[in-house]
Amino acid sequence: MGYQLDFGKVLQGEYLELILQGVQTTMVLFVLSWVIGLVLAIVLTVVRAIEFRPTQLLVAAFVEYHRNVPVLIQLFVWYFGFAVVLPDAVNDYLNDIGAEIGYAIVALALNKAAYMSEDFRSGMRSIHPAQMEAARSIGLTYLGAMRWVILPQAWRLALPALLGQTLILFKGTSLAAGIGVAELSYQARYVEEQSFRIFEVYGIATIIYMLISFAIMWLSSVLSNRFRLRVK
Amino acid sequence: MLEILREYGLMLLIGEYPHGKLGGLALTLIISVASLIVTFPCAVMIALARTGQSRIFKALAGGFVHSVRAIPLLMLIFWAYFALPLVIGFPIDATYTLIIAIVIYQAAYLGEIIAAGIEGLPKGQTEAAKALGLGYVPTTFRVILPQALFNVIPGIVNQLTTIIKETSLGSIIAVSELSYVMLQVNSNEVTKPLQIFGILAATYFILCFVLSQATGWLERRIAGKRTGRVVVEAVA
Repeated sequence: MGYQLDFGKVLQGEYLELILQGVQTTMVLFVLSWVIGLVLAIVLTVVRAIEFRPTQLLVAAFVEYHRNVPVLIQLFVWYFGFAVVLPDAVNDYLNDIGAEIGYAIVALALNKAAYMSEDFRSGMRSIHPAQMEAARSIGLTYLGAMRWVILPQAWRLALPALLGQTLILFKGTSLAAGIGVAELSYQARYVEEQSFRIFEVYGIATIIYMLISFAIMWLSSVLSNRFRLRVK
Repeated sequence: MLEILREYGLMLLIGEYPHGKLGGLALTLIISVASLIVTFPCAVMIALARTGQSRIFKALAGGFVHSVRAIPLLMLIFWAYFALPLVIGFPIDATYTLIIAIVIYQAAYLGEIIAAGIEGLPKGQTEAAKALGLGYVPTTFRVILPQALFNVIPGIVNQLTTIIKETSLGSIIAVSELSYVMLQVNSNEVTKPLQIFGILAATYFILCFVLSQATGWLERRIAGKRTGRVVVEAVA
C-alpha cells in the first residue's frame, strides 16, 4: 500500500494549532454544559419533588423528550429550528459571536440536566420513606431532615450514575461537529481533508479522547470509592 | 406541518425508494436491528471472556471494553468510514461502515450488560452444574447463558433504543437514514426548519418511547418471574 505513518506532518504548525484549538473547544463545551446541566438538574429535581401535578408532568415530559430523541437531533432542533424563531437582528448578532457553540452548549446542557435529574431522583427514591418520618419524629423540620438525613445519602447514591453521565457528556461533545462547532472531531476531520494523513490525524484525536476519558474514569472510581455509602 | 407530512411523509418512511435507495425510517430500523443482531454474539463472547477463568481473555476483553468506552462513537465512525477502506483496500458502502462502527461500540456496552447478567446469577448454579459432572461448554450454554440472557432481556431491548438513537450519526457520513433524509428535506424547504426537525424529533420520540415503555414492562415481568410472583398469580 505504501502508506508511511508520519506523525510529524500533523503535529506541527497550522495543523497542530487546529487540533489544539479543537481540544480547547471540546473542553469548553464539556465544562460549560456540565456545570449548567448540573444546576438545571438540581432545579428539575426540586420542581419534580413538589406535589403539584402540572409542573411534575412538565418536568417528566422534558425528561422523556431528552431521553428518547437522539442528541444529534436535539442539536439540530436548536441550531436549525430555534434560530428561525428569533428575529433576524438577534440571529445576526448570535452568528457574529459564534451561534453554533452556544446552541451546542444549550442542547448538551439541557440533555444532561434531564439525565442527571433522573439520577438524583432515583437516588432520593432509594432512601426509605421511614427515614424521613423518623427524622421528623425526632423533631427535625422538613428542610432539616432533607439537609441532615436525606440529601447526604441521596447524593452519594446518585454519584456513580452522575459520574457515568459525565463521561457520556464528554464523548457527546463530539456530536457538536454535526452542527459545525469546531471541536476536536470537527478539526480532526478538517485537518484530515487538508493533509490526507488519515491514520495520523484520527489516531491523535482518538488518543486525546481516550486520555481525557481515562482521566474521567479514574477520577470517577476514586470519587465513587471515597463517597460510597457504607451503611446500606 | 401537515403539508410537510403530506409532501415528504413517504420520503420520511422509506427515503427515495423505489426510485432510488431505501432510506428514511425503514433504513434506520434495518440498520438498528441488523446492528443488534450482529452485536449480540460478539457481546456474549465478550461477556464470557469478562466473567471466565482465563486471565488472558479477561484482560483482552477488559481492555477492549475500556478502550471503546473511552472513544466517542463519532470517532469510531470516522475510522470505519475513512480509514477502514484504506486498510482493506476496497471501498465499502457507508451503511455498512455505520453498522460496523455501531457493532464495535455496542459490543462493549452490551457485553457489560450480559456480563452483569452472568455475575448476577447465584454461584450455586455453576457449582451445581459442576457437581453434576457438566463441563465448561454445557455449563455455559445450557445452564448459565439461558438464565443470564433471559434476565437481561430488558437491558437488550433498552440497548436497541440506544442503537436507534445512534444511527442518527449516519447523517454525518451521508447514510440516507431518517435524519439524513430530513436534513435534505430541510435544505429543500429552507423556511420551515422548526416543523421539519420537530417531525424528525417526534418520529424518534415515538419509536424510542414505545421501546422504553416495553423495557419497563419487561423489567417488571421478569422481576416478577424471578421472585415467583407471576407464577403465584397464575395459580391463584
